[in-house]
Amino acid sequence: MLLSAENLAVSYGNIKALHGINFEVDEGEIVCIIGANGAGKSTTLWAISRLVDAEEGTSMTFAGKNLLDFPPEKVVSELGISHAPEGRRLFDNLTVKENLHLATFARKDGPEIKRDLDRVFSIFPRLEERISQKAGTLSGGEQQMLAVGRALMSARRMMLLDEPSMGLAPLLMKDVFDALRDINKEGTTILLVEQNARMALNFSQRGYVLESGSIVLEGNSSDLLVDPEVKKAYLGG
Amino acid sequence: MQLQSFFQQIVNALQLGSFYALIALGYSMVYGVLMLFNFAHGDVFMVGSYIGFFVSAGLLALAKTGILPLADNVMLGLVLVLTLFITMLLTSFVGMLIERIGYRPLRNAPRASAAITGLMIGIILETGNLAILGPTRLSFPALIESVSYDIGGVLVTNKKMVIVFVSIFLTLALHQFVRRTKWGMAMRAMAFDFVVVPLMGISINKIALLTFALGSALAAAAGILFGVAYPVLDPYMGILFGWKAFVAAILGGRGSILGASLAGFMLGFIEIFVAAIFPSTMRDLIAFSIILIILTFRPHGFFGEPYSAQLRL
Repeated sequence: MLLSAENLAVSYGNIKALHGINFEVDEGEIVCIIGANGAGKSTTLWAISRLVDAEEGTSMTFAGKNLLDFPPEKVVSELGISHAPEGRRLFDNLTVKENLHLATFARKDGPEIKRDLDRVFSIFPRLEERISQKAGTLSGGEQQMLAVGRALMSARRMMLLDEPSMGLAPLLMKDVFDALRDINKEGTTILLVEQNARMALNFSQRGYVLESGSIVLEGNSSDLLVDPEVKKAYLGG
Repeated sequence: MQLQSFFQQIVNALQLGSFYALIALGYSMVYGVLMLFNFAHGDVFMVGSYIGFFVSAGLLALAKTGILPLADNVMLGLVLVLTLFITMLLTSFVGMLIERIGYRPLRNAPRASAAITGLMIGIILETGNLAILGPTRLSFPALIESVSYDIGGVLVTNKKMVIVFVSIFLTLALHQFVRRTKWGMAMRAMAFDFVVVPLMGISINKIALLTFALGSALAAAAGILFGVAYPVLDPYMGILFGWKAFVAAILGGRGSILGASLAGFMLGFIEIFVAAIFPSTMRDLIAFSIILIILTFRPHGFFGEPYSAQLRL
């Protein structure tokens, strides 16, 4: 098992966002977390990236190490977990090239970086065309490509993806997910958070359903796709 | 105003602007990268000047022992360069210490707490200096043997040339650092979106330290150049300079290096020319009224962008 969270609880002030959830992700898997807006999906990813503090009693391990011992930047640089956050959060004032390079800040494997950059450009040729353009001037779809590309540049073992389908035209969405599947086949584990439940369940092997900060259902994605409750609540009946 | 005296004032304005520009850079960088006004920055300039005093005095004493067989003026030039280098290095540690002790614990506190902390640190630096060195004013060693050139009736000294040159050189060097290096890139990223910078594998604390180190080193350079031009040091010399440089930083636009430098020089020009035309008692009144008017029409300064950094998740 690569990532495991036990009793993960997070609060923002007095508001409890996660009520002690348990989940795990195996090496090489694609796992999704689906749920409505405000269910705590993004908070789960922020907690793994250590950008929000987990409460007392939480235990999280990654590859046998205690995740809670790592500050956020070392979750990326030492554990190799990258995170494409909600709303893309690109650095609009930097160019496409700079955004991609920045994600390799702590890496010292020069030739590998070059290879990864080539891979990003082969998946998203549009980014190479826009290489000197400021991220803020890209179209929504291009920005999403850059957000995924940037996560690829710092991912050594695992990617956390927060709504990568957001704002993408259906055709482009298919391209992005095809690319992610290829990346997964090359050995990168993926934990995906989506409001688009059908897309997420079709793409992943296993899924968790998050409701108001608690996991209410989990299982194989193919089973969840036909689950009456899931169908009713998330797949439009 | 006669043409000669007009050009003379330009020379004077360039010198004054050089100090404002160098100090404004530190203000602007810290504001840009950390969304924080380091109100102790003027006092870092003062500390830099004092450190420069001791470093240069030490180096001059060493030079007198004849340790290196160099001609006097070559030796003096070497002392100036070494003084700049060593003092900038030492003062950058002062800046990092301020960040580490004063500001880091307040990273997520209201900005007003950080502003008050800055003012307190400033007072500690001023009164600490007074307590340790006493009230006697120190006189900065002459690191440049003054030579005047008469260019068509305009008096230009080699000191002024060195001051303006060093100021512009350091500004451009900083600009290149921020544009071209990965550390500079990280600073620019942090200026835009503080929160997600760690997701790039970058330590916010390290970038904060770097920002303070760079700003303090430049303030130290200003402190030495100031000592070269006006060789009397006192513990409160940083206050007024600090405030004026702060104004220049705001005028230049948040985090804009060329903007801060340009505004620093502009402030120098406004002050010198106002004083040349009006009674000098009206200098600050008129100079700052002009700046107030500029900010009314350009509230983000010359090169500031009207976006605000995202500080929350």
